[in-house]
Amino acid sequence: MTTKHVKTAEGFRRISIDPVTRLEGHGKIDIFLDQEGNVAECFFQVPELRGFEKFAEGRPVEEMPRITPRICGVCPEAHHFAAAKACDAVYGIELTKTAHKLRELQYNIFYVTDHTTHFYALGAPDFVMGPDHDPATRNLIGVIGKVGLEIGGKVIQCRQWGHEAAAIFGGKPVNPINCIPGGMSKPISLEEQARLKEIISYMKEFAQFTLQLFHDVVLANEKYVDIILNGPYLHKTWSMGLVDAQGKVNFYDGKVRYCDPNGEQCTEYSPNEYMEHVAERVEPWSYLKFPYLKKIGWRGFVDGPESGVYRATPQSRLNVSDGMNSPLAQEAYEKYFETLTGDASGKTPVHHTLAIHWARVIELLNAAERAWELVNDPAIVDPEAYRSLPTKLPTEGVGIVEAPRGTLTHHYKTDENGIITKANLIVGTTNNHAPICMSIKKAAQGLIKPGVEVTEPILNMIEMAFRAYDPCFGCATHALPGQMPLTVRVRDREGNLLTQGSRR
Amino acid sequence: MAQPQASRETAASPAWEPRIIAFLCYWCSYTGADNAGIARLKYPANADIIRLNCSGRIDPQLVTAAFSRGADGVMVCGCHPGCCHYISGNFKTMVRMPLLQRVLEDLGIEKERFVHEWVSASEAEKFSKLVAQTVENVRALGPLNWPGMLHDRGVGHGQDRKPWGE
Amino acid sequence: MSEATPKLKVGMYWAASCGGCDISLLEIGPRLIDLIQVADVVFWPCAADFKYQHVADYPDGHIDVCFYNGSIRTSEQEELARLLRKKAKCLVAYGSCAGDGGIPALANLKDTKGIFDASYHNNPSIDNPDGVEPQHIVETEFGQLEIPVFYDQVIRLKDVVQVDYEIPGCPPQADQVWKVIGLVASGAVPLRNAALRVGCDDKSICDECHREKRNTRITAFHRPHEIIPDPDHCLLEQGVVCLGPATRSGCGGLCTKAGLPCRGCYGPAGKVVDMGTAMISAIGSLIDTEDEEVARKLVAQIADPTGTFYRFSLGSSHLKARK
Repeated sequence: MTTKHVKTAEGFRRISIDPVTRLEGHGKIDIFLDQEGNVAECFFQVPELRGFEKFAEGRPVEEMPRITPRICGVCPEAHHFAAAKACDAVYGIELTKTAHKLRELQYNIFYVTDHTTHFYALGAPDFVMGPDHDPATRNLIGVIGKVGLEIGGKVIQCRQWGHEAAAIFGGKPVNPINCIPGGMSKPISLEEQARLKEIISYMKEFAQFTLQLFHDVVLANEKYVDIILNGPYLHKTWSMGLVDAQGKVNFYDGKVRYCDPNGEQCTEYSPNEYMEHVAERVEPWSYLKFPYLKKIGWRGFVDGPESGVYRATPQSRLNVSDGMNSPLAQEAYEKYFETLTGDASGKTPVHHTLAIHWARVIELLNAAERAWELVNDPAIVDPEAYRSLPTKLPTEGVGIVEAPRGTLTHHYKTDENGIITKANLIVGTTNNHAPICMSIKKAAQGLIKPGVEVTEPILNMIEMAFRAYDPCFGCATHALPGQMPLTVRVRDREGNLLTQGSRR
Repeated sequence: MAQPQASRETAASPAWEPRIIAFLCYWCSYTGADNAGIARLKYPANADIIRLNCSGRIDPQLVTAAFSRGADGVMVCGCHPGCCHYISGNFKTMVRMPLLQRVLEDLGIEKERFVHEWVSASEAEKFSKLVAQTVENVRALGPLNWPGMLHDRGVGHGQDRKPWGE
Repeated sequence: MSEATPKLKVGMYWAASCGGCDISLLEIGPRLIDLIQVADVVFWPCAADFKYQHVADYPDGHIDVCFYNGSIRTSEQEELARLLRKKAKCLVAYGSCAGDGGIPALANLKDTKGIFDASYHNNPSIDNPDGVEPQHIVETEFGQLEIPVFYDQVIRLKDVVQVDYEIPGCPPQADQVWKVIGLVASGAVPLRNAALRVGCDDKSICDECHREKRNTRITAFHRPHEIIPDPDHCLLEQGVVCLGPATRSGCGGLCTKAGLPCRGCYGPAGKVVDMGTAMISAIGSLIDTEDEEVARKLVAQIADPTGTFYRFSLGSSHLKARK
């Protein structure tokens, strides 16, 4: 927004994309061209920060599942559930089977809704309308216009029913509140179970429809397949995701597994061990931090097995896992790996960034199938086993879930009254900050060449490099507690500068 | 670097006098204050007295409003519990004021600035000593100047606010 | 709308926001199809590709109705507030953050020095041996890079520009949003107004809550995870702190239906300015004791009154921040 105030060095030309659009959160891109017209450097900056980790201090720990969802209104459940799991850990409570299943059920329904939102409203316009389509209609409204009201209506219904399900569990369609230390705040009745079955049955159908749509609109279109496979969108980084005891993708619970770019050297850790594996760096040009794998080390914004840069995305989850825990999604998983690596077992990881959209749609199907399995489990309507009261004193705990955008970690320390003394959050998109920077630079270098006029479609195709990650910068920028060092100018009523200071 | 300082009066300014707002109930506390005057007891003139008919009528919002408008200290006085002219008004006060005290301290308002005491009609001397002590405590703390503090943090200018960067 | 009526030009911007308000606009569901028959989106970074330059190039007053969600935390957010005020006929503070400060305003309770320290140095996963920190302007060999200035305090939209309407809620509920859209689109309300709160009702949440008040009094306070409350009885009467009495109605009493107390996201009820003290007042009326010691003990059981009573409304409170 304010780049009119800044200077560009001699011999360089700056192109700004401000703000980036069709994502959650704020970001801007500055591309510097040298005199020949090549991309010399590219910066992706996150200009926002709110400071949740700091103002969490002093708050009762059980309020964190109600405060942290305001880190992100697109994926409030991710924070709600990570916070609830951290609270369970703080109080040392084992969930009952019913409570665990209810949590997993609610979370999987949320995944269907969230992945639907991203695919249709944020990601698909580039493929359904085309990356070079008029920006005024290269959005959800244009998509509805193009695919027709019937399909548009299906998308709207899936999302709306998804939010209705959220409200059945937690009162409100956006920001449900029902996960508490020890379980859920209310049980599910037989009537609610019946309605949830209707909703999830529809979601299963819709998920299969979406996968088919992806095949018809994207995979059957040679131009798009070419962009996915051969466009400047390839990075061979480490991958990270949660896996269950069978090594299958699990969004709600499990251990974190990370593997090298060849799918080897896999390591697993439990929530309490995250600090041994992930560290965060700081750059002066972005409010957002840069996590990397501690045991590998930071070598800069580069890929490869020697670089601690890792990705945590639907693609990464599929990469590290041994498969999906539901049949149709498993079939889709095998087809995905067969097509992109020649090996249906999934041993070889996929690194084509735009193929994240495909992995996302497979997860959408998996979430719907898993939700169907859980909603039919009689344990979920137990009128009493939906929560347990804490018996131990609160101390410290870590809760990890997979946010749709990547591994989400909430770590709380409390005093003996359960009031937070310290909070640390490593959020989905934050994991991907370095890879996003790298993807944008690579796309810019691939698309902007000497003699090529830099048009809006080219800039949009650079933005497509980050859109595949389904970024959530609102999430990512909780992460810096409170204040940033700045220049502060104090003025009187007339606007005269009284004093000025900079904090480092 | 230094946090921006409140740009208006400071404790060093010789002109500054603590500004105390005292909310008193009609029946006991105000009468006590009145009796202090009748008895010509000397005490500082820094307290502006606002009389309400019962301490139970003293909405905590009045206290925060007073601080937000520039009071350096606030006093709330009522009949002793059990002696309320309206029987139970001050039973509510005795829950509200300690709770308010916690909130004010969380907001950085030192506990000496907010005084909650029971003063009966015959406690003229108690009242005069209370005011004197409060004034001295607040004088030692310096001006609170809440409007100035917010102004320096960029709040409350409304339409006069100059856009950042100009 | 007749064929001759031009479509309404609508914008939505997010400041220090979570995106929930943007999502809530999609919650109108199938009515979205009706909406796009009568309105064109001309700025909505979440869902459409208009950039800041597009907005700057619009003639003044080009946008008929612009929703602004999120509170103001940085210089960029203030700049956008001013820009959108110029380019919009009607500017609406959408959601708790824009209207009352919201959850981001809880950051006003923190001390700058301590935040600074925890942020970049004392945090379990930080690796920052050189003490690097984000800077407003960074010099590189290619030119200067800029990120917005982070303000010392979170403020609301109306602290910066004149606002026409405010829709409370975190986020506002779909039915209420649809009502407001209808009022504006039909011309039933003027585009200019004085920060009028719409999309809400004029009672307190207690009026909407399904639970029963039995006129019992609080004998002990419990935190929500410490007891299994009676699902039909008022939570506050059972000793669970609930902001219902101080909160404006309009959401439908959703949280208490789900078994947890209200936390006040619809903002202050009625003519209340300072929600926290309104809640203190309410609690004073609900404890029945003549013993000062008992009163003190009970009050001490309430966890974090400041962060709870002002959860969404610190920006609108009298004091607004920690000194």
